Amino acid sequence: MTRHIPWILTALVGAVSLAVVAVSRGETVNALWIVVAAVSCFLVAYRYYALFIAREVMRLDPARPTPAIRRADGLDYVATDRTVLFGHHFAAIAGAGPLVGPVLAAQMGYLPGTLWIIAGVVVAGAVQDFMVLFVSMRRDGKSLGELIRMEMGQVAGTIALFGAFMIMVIILAVLALIVVKALAESPWGMFTVAATVPLALAMGAYTRWIRPGRIGEVSILGLIGLLAAIVYGQAIAQSPVWGPIFTFTPVQLCWILIGYGAVASVLPVWLLLAPRDYLSTFLKIGAIAALAIGIVIMAPPLRMHAVTQFAAGGGPVWSGGLFPFLFITIACGAVSGFHALIASGTTPKLIATESDAPLIGYGAMLMEAFVAIMALVGASILDPGIYFTMNSPAAVIGTDPASVSAAVTAMGFPISPDLIVQTAKDVGEHTIISRAGGAPTLAVAMAEIFSHVFGGPAMKAFWYHFAILFEALFILTAVDAGTRAGRFMLQDLIALAVPSFKDSKSQLPGFVATGLCVAAWGFFLYQGVTDPLGGVNTLWPVFGISNQMLAAIALMLGTAVLFRMKRDRFAWVTIVPAAWLLICTLSAGFLKLFSTDAKVGFLAHAAKYGAALDKGEVLAPAKSVAEMRQILFNDYVDAGLVAIFLAVVLSLLVFTIRTCIAARRFAAPTAREIPAQLVTTP
Amino acid sequence: MSHLLHTLRRMMHLMVGQPDYDAYLRHMRHHHPGHAPMDRTAFFRNRQEARYGGKNGGKCC
Repeated sequence: MTRHIPWILTALVGAVSLAVVAVSRGETVNALWIVVAAVSCFLVAYRYYALFIAREVMRLDPARPTPAIRRADGLDYVATDRTVLFGHHFAAIAGAGPLVGPVLAAQMGYLPGTLWIIAGVVVAGAVQDFMVLFVSMRRDGKSLGELIRMEMGQVAGTIALFGAFMIMVIILAVLALIVVKALAESPWGMFTVAATVPLALAMGAYTRWIRPGRIGEVSILGLIGLLAAIVYGQAIAQSPVWGPIFTFTPVQLCWILIGYGAVASVLPVWLLLAPRDYLSTFLKIGAIAALAIGIVIMAPPLRMHAVTQFAAGGGPVWSGGLFPFLFITIACGAVSGFHALIASGTTPKLIATESDAPLIGYGAMLMEAFVAIMALVGASILDPGIYFTMNSPAAVIGTDPASVSAAVTAMGFPISPDLIVQTAKDVGEHTIISRAGGAPTLAVAMAEIFSHVFGGPAMKAFWYHFAILFEALFILTAVDAGTRAGRFMLQDLIALAVPSFKDSKSQLPGFVATGLCVAAWGFFLYQGVTDPLGGVNTLWPVFGISNQMLAAIALMLGTAVLFRMKRDRFAWVTIVPAAWLLICTLSAGFLKLFSTDAKVGFLAHAAKYGAALDKGEVLAPAKSVAEMRQILFNDYVDAGLVAIFLAVVLSLLVFTIRTCIAARRFAAPTAREIPAQLVTTP
Repeated sequence: MSHLLHTLRRMMHLMVGQPDYDAYLRHMRHHHPGHAPMDRTAFFRNRQEARYGGKNGGKCC
C-alpha cells in the first residue's frame, strides 16, 4: 500500500490543478497550473494505465526475444538502451503537428484544448502508439500496411496503404502552407531559411569528404551558421537592395516550395536532406527543452479566456463547433494516426526487451502531449487581441491596422491599432495581420517567453526569427523526407496494377512517382495559398480528419489483434478510443460534406458559388468568372477527398468487425505472432 | 557523468538514424567472424542511405 502513496499524492495535485484551471472565471490563472495538471495526470496514467495494458492486456513477456534480438544485424535490428531509444522515438514522432493544432484550437479558449489533450492522450493517443508498437514488435517489426494485411487480409492492407498515401499528401500540403504563411512578405525570415540551403550543402560536403560521420561537430558548425544568418537577416531585410529580393508573395513562395520539393527529393540524401535533418532535429529538441524551462521560469498568466464564444462555432480561425471540430483540430498531441507509421517503422526493430515497450510506446506519446500543452500555453499567454489579429483571415478583419483593430475589438477582444503596429515592430516584421497557420503565433509567444528569460525586449525580434527558423527548418525536412516516402508508397500502389513500375533498375518510375507526389501536394498547397479564407481554414480540418482516421484504423487493427489473441475481454482498451475517433471523424467528415452552412460544408459552398455563377454574378473574394470556376473546382476536389477518407475508414471498420467475428468462432488464438517457442537466439 | 554523456551522445546519433558503430563491430565479431566489417565511414554512409532513402515512411508531421 505504501508504494501507492506518492502516486495518490500526485493524483491529488493533478486534480487540484485541473480544478483551478477549470473552475477559475474572471481572475487570471497562471499557466503553471495547466503544466502541473498535465504532468501529474501523465505520471499517474503512465504508472497505472500503461502498466495495466502491459501486464493484463498485452501480457508483455520480458523473456520473449524481440526482433532486435532475433534478427540482430548491427544495422537495422539492434538491441538499444531504453533511454537512447526513447529519445529516438520521441524525435521521430514530435514535429509541427503538436505545435500548430493547439495554437489553432486556442480560438475556443484554453480550457477545451487542455482537457482534450490530457484526456485524449491518456485514453487514445498513447494507447494507439503503444498498441501498434506491441503488434509490430511481435511480428518482426513489420509496417502498418503489412500488419493490416497479415491480420485483416490483402484488400484491407491495400486500402490502408492507399489511405496512408492520401494522408501523406495532405500533411505535406498543410506543412508547406504553414511555411508559406510564416515566410510571405518577411524578408528576414525568408533570408534565414534560404541561407539554410547553402549551409546544409556545405555541411553535406563536410560529412561526405572532410570528416565523415562527425555529426556533432558538423551540427555545431551549422548552428553557428544559422545564428549568423538570423543576426545578419535583419540587416538584409532592411537593405534597400536585398530586402525586396527576399520579399515574396504567398503565390511566389508556393511555387518556390513546389520546385524545392521536386528537386530536393531527388538529390542524394547526404547532400541536403541528411545535414538539414541534423540541424532540425537537434534544434527541435533544444527549442522544446528551452520552451519548457522558459515557461517554468516566467510562470506567465493566461490572458486568453478559458472558453470563448467561438466554442459554439463561427470562429474566425477555423469554422465549426466544438464537437466534432476541436477533436480533429488538435490531432498530434492528443492522438495522431501518423504515429502508427513510426511505431511500426524503425522503433520496433530497436527495442531490446518487451518490458521497455510501455516507456517507448506510451511514454514518448505522453511527452509529445506535453509539447502540445506548451504550445497551447504559448498561444494563451498572448493578448487575445493579438491572437485573433494574427489568426483571422483578411476576408474577415481587413488588412490595415485600423480596420483590424475595429473588427477584432468587435469580436470582444479589445486591441488598439498602435498595439498591432508595435507588436509587428517588436518582432521585426512588416505586419502581423492574418498570419494564420500557427507557426507565427507560436513564434511571437516564444519570443515573449525567451526574451523574458534571456536578452530582454531588445532580443524579441531575434527570438521571433529563431522560432520561425526552427519551425520552417523541420517542416522543410519533413517535406523533403515525406516526398521521398510518398514516392515509394505511390510506386508500391501503381505496381499493383503495373508490376514493372516497381523496377528499381530504371530511373523513370522513380521520377514519375516523385513528380506525381509533388504535383498532388502542390495542388492542395496552391489551393490553400490562394484561398481567401486563409487556406488553413480549409486544409487543416481535412488534415485533421485524415490523421484521426488513420488513428482509428490503427486502433481497429489493435482491436482485431486483441480478438485474435483471444483477449476480447480487454478489447475495450482499443474499442473505446477507436469508437470515439470514428464518431468524431465520421461526423466531421459528414459535416464537411453535407453541412448547409457554406462556411463548413464544401458542397454547400460549391452550391452557393454555382448558383451565383449561373446568374452571372461574381462573389467575393473571386474577382472573375475564371476564379469562380476555380473555387467551384476546389470545393469538389475537397469534397471528393473527404468522401474517399470516409470510404476508406468505413470499409476498414467492416473488415475489423468481420475479423473480430471470425476470431470469436475459434477457441484458440489466431493472431499471427512469431511464436515464442520457435524463437531462439542465434 | 561520463556514462550520462555517452548515453546522450548515442541518443543524439540515433535520433538522426546512426546506430552505435561499436555495437555493430561486436555483432560482426560474434556472429560473422569470417566477414570483414564495414569501416566507420562505410557504416555511416550505409546508415545515412537507410534512414533517408524514403523507405522508412518518413517522420511525423
